Amino acid sequence: MLKQVEGSRAVAEAVAMCRPQVICAYPITPQTHIVEALSAMVKDETLDAEFLNVESEFAAMSVAIGASAAGARAYTATASQGLLYMSEAVWNAAGLGLPIVMTVANRAIGAPINIWNDHSDAMSQRDAGWLQLYAETNQEALDLHIQAFRIAEELSVPVMVCMDGFLLTHASERVDLPAPSQVDAFLPRYEPRQVLDPDEPVSIGAMVGPEAFTEVRYLAYAQMRQALDVIGAAAADFSTQFGRDSGGLVRPYRTGDAEIVVVALGSVLGTVKDAVDELRADGTRVGVLGINTYRPFPADAVREALGGARHVVVLERALAPGSGGIVTADIRAALDPQPRRISTVIAGLGGRAVTRKSLRALLAKAGELEPLTFLDLDTGLVDRELARMRAARRSGPSPENMLRDLGITASRIG
Amino acid sequence: MPYQRIKFYQTGSLAVGNRLLAEDQRSVQSTAGRSNALTCGHRACQGCGEALGARYALDAVHRATGGKMIAVNATGCLEVFSTPFPQTSWQIAWLHSLFGNAPAVASGVAAALKAMGRTDIRVVGQGGDGGTVDIGFACLSGMFERNDDVLYICYDNQAYMNTGVQRSGATPPAARTATTQAVGREPGNRFGQGKNVPLIAMAHEIPYVATATVADLRDLEYKATRAMDFHGARYLHILVPCPLGWGSAPADTIKVARLATESGLFPVFEAETGEVTSSTPIRRRVPVTDYLRIQARYAHLFRPRERTEVIARIQAAADRNIARFGLMPADIPAERTGPPAPAPVTSPSGAGLEGR
Repeated sequence: MLKQVEGSRAVAEAVAMCRPQVICAYPITPQTHIVEALSAMVKDETLDAEFLNVESEFAAMSVAIGASAAGARAYTATASQGLLYMSEAVWNAAGLGLPIVMTVANRAIGAPINIWNDHSDAMSQRDAGWLQLYAETNQEALDLHIQAFRIAEELSVPVMVCMDGFLLTHASERVDLPAPSQVDAFLPRYEPRQVLDPDEPVSIGAMVGPEAFTEVRYLAYAQMRQALDVIGAAAADFSTQFGRDSGGLVRPYRTGDAEIVVVALGSVLGTVKDAVDELRADGTRVGVLGINTYRPFPADAVREALGGARHVVVLERALAPGSGGIVTADIRAALDPQPRRISTVIAGLGGRAVTRKSLRALLAKAGELEPLTFLDLDTGLVDRELARMRAARRSGPSPENMLRDLGITASRIG
Repeated sequence: MPYQRIKFYQTGSLAVGNRLLAEDQRSVQSTAGRSNALTCGHRACQGCGEALGARYALDAVHRATGGKMIAVNATGCLEVFSTPFPQTSWQIAWLHSLFGNAPAVASGVAAALKAMGRTDIRVVGQGGDGGTVDIGFACLSGMFERNDDVLYICYDNQAYMNTGVQRSGATPPAARTATTQAVGREPGNRFGQGKNVPLIAMAHEIPYVATATVADLRDLEYKATRAMDFHGARYLHILVPCPLGWGSAPADTIKVARLATESGLFPVFEAETGEVTSSTPIRRRVPVTDYLRIQARYAHLFRPRERTEVIARIQAAADRNIARFGLMPADIPAERTGPPAPAPVTSPSGAGLEGR
């Protein structure tokens, strides 16, 4: 059924159709609308589940851990500081092998506090042992949640569905909402691999020492390898049953004869494709590779998709200070031993718009790209603050200095 | 139980008491059908109060629930000494997640059971004082506030014993720990405001709050059992001496716990929806020095000189407890040398055994 709805609403509807039994959440912008909608469904009894309003994200993930270990399908959602605050439990859920599904409404991490979109939050948890799926559109965000429960439960590994905060969560778009019966046919009943059952008592969460820790971790690695197949199969089945392509490992666009390929994740892919179409019209052989699954990293699929491109431009919505691009490192490893030119472009941090105009200008001069570039960086602003820091020891707080310099107030927090 | 209906004054073996009782009055531990929830072979230290307390509490819950129970454990001594895999001492369904989240994980288990229509299965969360009064405190308060159907048991040994006896929010004033050393002008732990979690639990007005010690195991069994009569959030705070951390003799674990109650330093009571409903009177009051002297963590209060002003402050805290919780009813002599008190007969259920 076609419906014009906010992305958060679409995701809430999809999650509800997956029949989670325990939902726990703590509010953080821009995740709130998703759990608000689910809370209302539980309260008016259109969704038969337990909804727990917990006192922190740490508790939210902990409740999900308990619920999943007791044999229930568990769901939560968070973003940004919330994801970091629950980080210890995020790793623990993966270590325990509990198939929890969580939406991350991607948002920057402070300080400086910033509620707008980038990928710093999810990237900080890339090694937590969760699968990470990135949505390009609201339709894909909706579809990925349905696939996520199936993938998580088949592997007994938790899955994070990443969708760009505001850009997707708060955007109203037309989506095709499946019928509940379609979801029921796609998503089998949850059969836990391990469960807390008084009739067959087991101990879960024992200490493991050096004698087996490596082997336990190897299993996590092996499961991630296996996940590549499971994700592919889920996307293929989804396509058959729902009649549209969503998810999977990677999504190439006009890469066939491309000399330059832009790699990106999430909603920015739409803008990149528009810029590429324009450049193609001008005769530039450029393509796009969307990374739908970031963890496990689909190295083989990436290598194949990048084919003969001589220049790979990785557009990153996060920054690893002291290193540079995060996704770039994965791309470089995937292409080894076929070295080629790779450039990192840090773009769209803290909600900075990534425009078609900027991308087009950047890619038109791709040959001049430094190994690391900040898209649309106001170098004057940076240089003036650096000068202030050189001029006085007590130069004061830099973010505040830079806003004062600009003579504008920070974007409204709300 | 606040009052013991049956008292045994003979000395010697404790076991004789059970043999003198009718079957239905015997302790959970004395029954052949006890569950051994935490069974033998674990790695707890000699004289560990926590191992003793956990076994009695969980066996009582096991019996009260007909074996339909799941336990969630915080990181800590109890978790570490019970599960040196492939060996586990747990004969019950048991989950360990993290240090600070046991109450929330237990809430999740309870929510799942409710969602799956398995409300016949009951949930126990448990942890030490560090996992309860410090790092797990937010999750505990959240669980209380939502009134989730969880019994949370705190085994309070008054410091972070698993990591080597560092101070916790439950460490009493003047006690020596690895981070409140017996050096300087004011040796040992500082006098803070305290963090009385049973009272904080009561402020949440949850259905049931109780304290207990391993000195009165029948009372401990009664309270664990009584807690299962209620639904919603319940809190049981058990004082469990730690010979290693307290510097007491392993053989003295019961004695130390008893002196904690008989001095008034650890009041034993129960409360329903925020109101104290009963307290266990002190049978033979002792000065706090009797309790302090047999623990090396307080040695600096007596050597090289007796720190009378510090001891007076500790005694004042004990006196306040006695007044606040009514631990010295008028009919019970206050003199430590006084004769044994007559046994009141107002126990709500079960029988008691006081072994001396």
